[in-house]
Amino acid sequence: MKFYSGLDEALGDDVATTHVTLEMRKITKEFPGVKALDDVSIAVRRGDIHAICGENGAGKSTLMKVLSGVYPHGTFEGQIVLDGHHVEFRDLKASEHAGIVIIHQELALIPELSVTENIFLGNEVARSGFIDWDEAHIRTLALLARVGLNVNPNTQVKALGVGQQQMVEIAKALSKDVRLLILDEPTSALNEEDSANLLELLRGLKGRGLTSIMISHKLNEIAEIADAVTIIRDGVTVETLNVEDGPLDEDRIIRGMVGRSLESRFPAHTPVIGQTFFEVRGWTVEDPQVPGRLVCKGSDFFVRRGEIVGFAGVMGAGRTELARSVFGRSYGIYRSGTILIDGVPVSLPTVQAAISHRIAYVPEDRKTHGMNLLDTIRKTIVSAGLDKITHLAMIDEDAEFAAAEAYRSSLRIKTPDVNEGVAKLSGGNQQKVVLGKWMFTEPELLILDEPTRGIDVGAKYEIYGLIQRLAEAGKGVIVISSELPEVLGLCDRIYAVCEGRIAGVVDRDEADQEKLMRLMTTTTASAA
Amino acid sequence: MMKSLKSLFGGDVRQFSMLGALLALVLFFQIMTNGKVLTPTNVVNLINGNSYVLILAIGMVMVIVIGHIDLSVGSVAAATGIIVALAIRDWGIPWWAGILLGLLVGAAIGAWQGWWVAYVGIPGFITTLAGYMLFRGVNQFIGKSNSVPVPEEFQTIGAGYLWEWGPNTGLNNSTLVLGILASVYVVWREVKLRKKAVRIGIQPVSTGTAAMRAGLLIVVIAYVTYLFGSGRVGTSFPVPGVLLVALVILYHVLTQRTVIGRHIYAVGGNRVAASLSGVSTKRTYFFVMMNMSILAAVAGMVFIGRSTASGPFDGINWELDAIAAVFIGGAAVSGGIGTVTGSIIGGLVMATLNNGLQLMGVGSDRTQIIKGLVLLAAVAFDVYNKQQGRPSIIGHLFRSRPVFPDSVDEGADTLPKVDPRTEAVAAVDPRSTTAAVHEQHPQTDAKDRR
Ligand SMILES: Nc1ncnc2c1ncn2[C@@H]1O[C@H](COP(=O)(O)OP(=O)(O)OP(=O)(O)O)[C@@H](O)[C@H]1O
Ligand SMILES: [Mg+2]
Repeated sequence: MKFYSGLDEALGDDVATTHVTLEMRKITKEFPGVKALDDVSIAVRRGDIHAICGENGAGKSTLMKVLSGVYPHGTFEGQIVLDGHHVEFRDLKASEHAGIVIIHQELALIPELSVTENIFLGNEVARSGFIDWDEAHIRTLALLARVGLNVNPNTQVKALGVGQQQMVEIAKALSKDVRLLILDEPTSALNEEDSANLLELLRGLKGRGLTSIMISHKLNEIAEIADAVTIIRDGVTVETLNVEDGPLDEDRIIRGMVGRSLESRFPAHTPVIGQTFFEVRGWTVEDPQVPGRLVCKGSDFFVRRGEIVGFAGVMGAGRTELARSVFGRSYGIYRSGTILIDGVPVSLPTVQAAISHRIAYVPEDRKTHGMNLLDTIRKTIVSAGLDKITHLAMIDEDAEFAAAEAYRSSLRIKTPDVNEGVAKLSGGNQQKVVLGKWMFTEPELLILDEPTRGIDVGAKYEIYGLIQRLAEAGKGVIVISSELPEVLGLCDRIYAVCEGRIAGVVDRDEADQEKLMRLMTTTTASAA
Repeated sequence: MMKSLKSLFGGDVRQFSMLGALLALVLFFQIMTNGKVLTPTNVVNLINGNSYVLILAIGMVMVIVIGHIDLSVGSVAAATGIIVALAIRDWGIPWWAGILLGLLVGAAIGAWQGWWVAYVGIPGFITTLAGYMLFRGVNQFIGKSNSVPVPEEFQTIGAGYLWEWGPNTGLNNSTLVLGILASVYVVWREVKLRKKAVRIGIQPVSTGTAAMRAGLLIVVIAYVTYLFGSGRVGTSFPVPGVLLVALVILYHVLTQRTVIGRHIYAVGGNRVAASLSGVSTKRTYFFVMMNMSILAAVAGMVFIGRSTASGPFDGINWELDAIAAVFIGGAAVSGGIGTVTGSIIGGLVMATLNNGLQLMGVGSDRTQIIKGLVLLAAVAFDVYNKQQGRPSIIGHLFRSRPVFPDSVDEGADTLPKVDPRTEAVAAVDPRSTTAAVHEQHPQTDAKDRR
């Protein structure tokens, strides 16, 4: 077994050669009841950015876990060849030793620890058993410079934005002498600016000889950056497209993924907009951690029946805080403001009260806020609407099963059985389960916080359709999204949120990207 | 043999390993003691001598599922015991009023502890560590560290028997009736499962299998009925046993089939997600902590009934026995996982060990050593299984869904046939299974394992 030198030495190699650096041959991986990968082969050329595309549950993450030793050698069939050598990884450490570093779908930093501590976690810079903090500090500074992140290495990670955290993840990977970097949906939680920065960074690293594999559902990014794309469908490789054989445009990738072209990203929909039924006035909320800091500053907004309302804003603008504080004051400290439903002021001091007023909130972070990972799909789907299936104090298990089955088919949740644990689902399918859970409560107002994060193009189309059908049935929908094209394509009216304040509202016809961007980033001069 | 068992109970044979372990243990001691274990007198003693710990285990598993622990149960039991005994002796209240008073005392203590945990936010460990000292002190202060006897009627709940009546059947007729009721339930359940399978449109098990399964269970019930019913005249299935069975059924249904049960698991599994789903975590904590103290009061009263008096050292170390039973029964320290039925099996394993070793003449010193090792081994077995991606023993026992056959040749899209939910035990809890993935499984996102 050959030991790999660091990245910098790799730079000495002839970068231009289109050598195959990694080959995975005939990989088959089964879970009880599911064949996640079936004879998948993939070849990655040195210095490429190689994208992997496919629908939710296609097996992308599984393939990368096979590669990085999360699933150790012996738990799958097939071979991995790295630079001409067969490799058999026992665990993550072993693959890291060979220069393969994976950044998982969900961030894995420890919020309470500092940037330095996170970067060297498990790899501490130690001299005779004691951590050399000065050395670690210096190295961190160098790494942060390489990823273009300008923060104090002593900052706790929880104080950083998601985009910055992602950069820390990459810095952490670079600290491990990486030669093959795997990124599983690195930009799904990032806004456009942060995504662009990240792509730029990847391009820069590529220029210095780093090979990377990137999974993403954001096909525009793939089209922009990838040198090759491998498409996986239902655990089988469909094809690999190389940039030399013609441009990697989105339509071409979609055709490979779903087997046909998608004429439009949004289903046809004619809004029928009725009366205002939900209104919030002067909503002011204080940060629960920082006394005196307001996260919502006198926000006013309303939703009409049949209307899809968008909340656009940059990460940290206070959209989630606004939504959650309205949803039963589940965030922050309420200061002032009223909520009117059908013109009548109501008090929603608890989540239960909000639910009984037929409001639903689908959180942005499915794993920590959306569900109990120990539960089954079936129990998760009914968990916010137990009253509906309870008769004489007993939960009607038939009704529960029927509800779960109904959402499994209408949302196309990919699973062999609704009695399966939600922890086993792929990321996108977990998102669908959480959506189903809230649709089951039959809300009049559905608040969706980043509803399509990590969802494939086909499923996005379906979810847009579901949202539109809810609107057509006279419900109100609020969509919080950091993807401007999504907000623009889906919403009838868009509020731009900036620094906890509603900076403006635009109708569908007048809305465009620049206008929204301008509103979203106007700094409040009046604050002084 | 394995195959036929499998087809009989649907699902994997491994799921019976915990029950199997219990049965093997019983059998082992039965042989080693030349048949002294399975005698009417001994099984009655075994039930009476452990019913209070098993009652505690019922409450304790709920506390552990919500992610807390209750160290005060022994002291609460003792405090309740002395208050009840004194009230009966000194105030002359009737025995039944004594029981009511005991329940009230339990509820009051529970409300006190629940308030600290739920509304002040003190961890259960701390609150009940304080309660452990506090209520032990209360017991010894009120009772002046003396023993206070309880009247004969009161002793019924701790060591009494069901009454004898009707024709001479050679068995205790009350026990016989219980046995018959249980058998009728087994048959009724088979019929219900069948109807349900038809209703939701899945293939019901064959009539033969159903009959075999019901038959086997009825044979077991018949044997137990015989064992308890054929003892010395005047004895029967003991009253604490009846109480225990009733509580197990009640709490099994409560945890598995009611909204509060779902809330308990939801809060234990992910508190934030639960509260964003409209679950009041405070109310859930309060309920569970209060419930625990009420059950501790029940256990305390059963105990003074059995020992005919309340003393200053009642209930010492009970909390540890109850906690051990819960963990042998497959609960997770991190919360969210555990079942009432599993904990009872765990408790019975401990009880059988105690009893069998005692009958073999093994001293209490060595018994302690063995019990400690068994606790460690049982939990290690669980952890090992989880790391292998297999559900815990108890997870196997109580999941509602058959395990997929080990080799599945169909593609990922073929849906395995849904078997009717037809396990031997009606419990519905696949939690341990999913937990296996979530908690220890190297195969989940490494992220989950901070
Ligand atoms: N630990 C597991 N146990 C059982 N099945 C699993 C497990 N992990 C993944 N699967 C199944 O394997 C299949 C592939 O999952 P994978 O996570 O690789 O999908 P993905 O392509 O990454 O999807 P997404 O885009 O939604 O993240 C899915 O059907 C999933 O349910
Ligand atoms: Mg994935």
